Amino acid sequence: MEFTQAEMDVLKEVGTIGSGNAATVLASMLGQRIPITVPEARFLPLSEVVTALGGPEREVVGILLGVSGPAPGTIIFLLGIEDAQILSQKLLGAPPEVPGQLSEMEKSALSEVTNILSGGYLNALSQFTSLTFEPTPPAFAHDMAGALIDAVLAEVGLVSDYALFIETNFTADQDGLSGHFFLIPSPDGLERILQALGVRRTWENSSKI
Amino acid sequence: MAQTEVAQAPGTLATFGLGSCVGVTAWDPVSKVGGLAHIMLPDSTQARSKDNVAKFADTAMPDLINRLERIGGVRRRLVIKIAGGAKMFDLFNDDRFAIGRRNVEAVKQSLEKLNLRVAAEDTGGNFGRTLFFDLDTGKVIVRTIEHGEKLL
Repeated sequence: MEFTQAEMDVLKEVGTIGSGNAATVLASMLGQRIPITVPEARFLPLSEVVTALGGPEREVVGILLGVSGPAPGTIIFLLGIEDAQILSQKLLGAPPEVPGQLSEMEKSALSEVTNILSGGYLNALSQFTSLTFEPTPPAFAHDMAGALIDAVLAEVGLVSDYALFIETNFTADQDGLSGHFFLIPSPDGLERILQALGVRRTWENSSKI
Repeated sequence: MAQTEVAQAPGTLATFGLGSCVGVTAWDPVSKVGGLAHIMLPDSTQARSKDNVAKFADTAMPDLINRLERIGGVRRRLVIKIAGGAKMFDLFNDDRFAIGRRNVEAVKQSLEKLNLRVAAEDTGGNFGRTLFFDLDTGKVIVRTIEHGEKLL
């Protein structure tokens, strides 16, 4: 699959607005402003995706949602276990019950954050494309980064050796809390999104990135 | 991910963070050559892009065996072990994430077609695995975060 610079720019713009929406809601929940880095739309070979996340054995928390509708895809919010505990602590106003392990309450707080982030993105995408996106309830996992990612990529892998990631990084205050939010459209879903955005032209006109 | 390596002892082959993917080791105890395949999907015939034979169980297994034979492995002597094929996320009603179990089945079927059988396995569950494959002994160490270590 090939993309023009204009297409990448539009995806990035959708990402900026979506993460802006999400950051506003998150800030009101946490009672503090959440600076967001400029989102990246990255087109990576599948084999490099995990490396880009800090290595396959990094212990992370991942919250996954399926997105159904005319342009299906997958959303995954990944953060290191320490960051996950700092974030849930901020949300719940209580210290972790067991360091290095997440209680049911902490898991559900993090799942809620993922719902909010996803809502921010999907609303932005809906506004731009007039397509509807229906997220599934979130599923939670705490394991190696590689293991969490490969199930997601398996679906993309049927069609392509590359995955497009619309990535946003969140950082909050002096704790240096950071999380990685990925929207991974299925290849067909991506095609639909680009068409709806009005930037998809014929293949012959697109230059390869 | 979606790669195959073959080598001769001494040495260790490893693959990190297997989720729904399956790691397959094949070892010839006489010539001490071994190979490790890390497959991602069960079936290349359903795929649109099939350039990478190492990605699919049905194409990666013959490729693994051919490559081992080329460096001195003998098919009937090969000891096969497999690990991985977990279901990392329990998404309600979402069949896409049951790919792990299908990967394990597809690996076994492809091996059967090559007259090979799995000698040991650590598959399924809902956790990630890292494999270390010792080419001297044929032993496979399966490492996890919360489920300890296992020797195959």
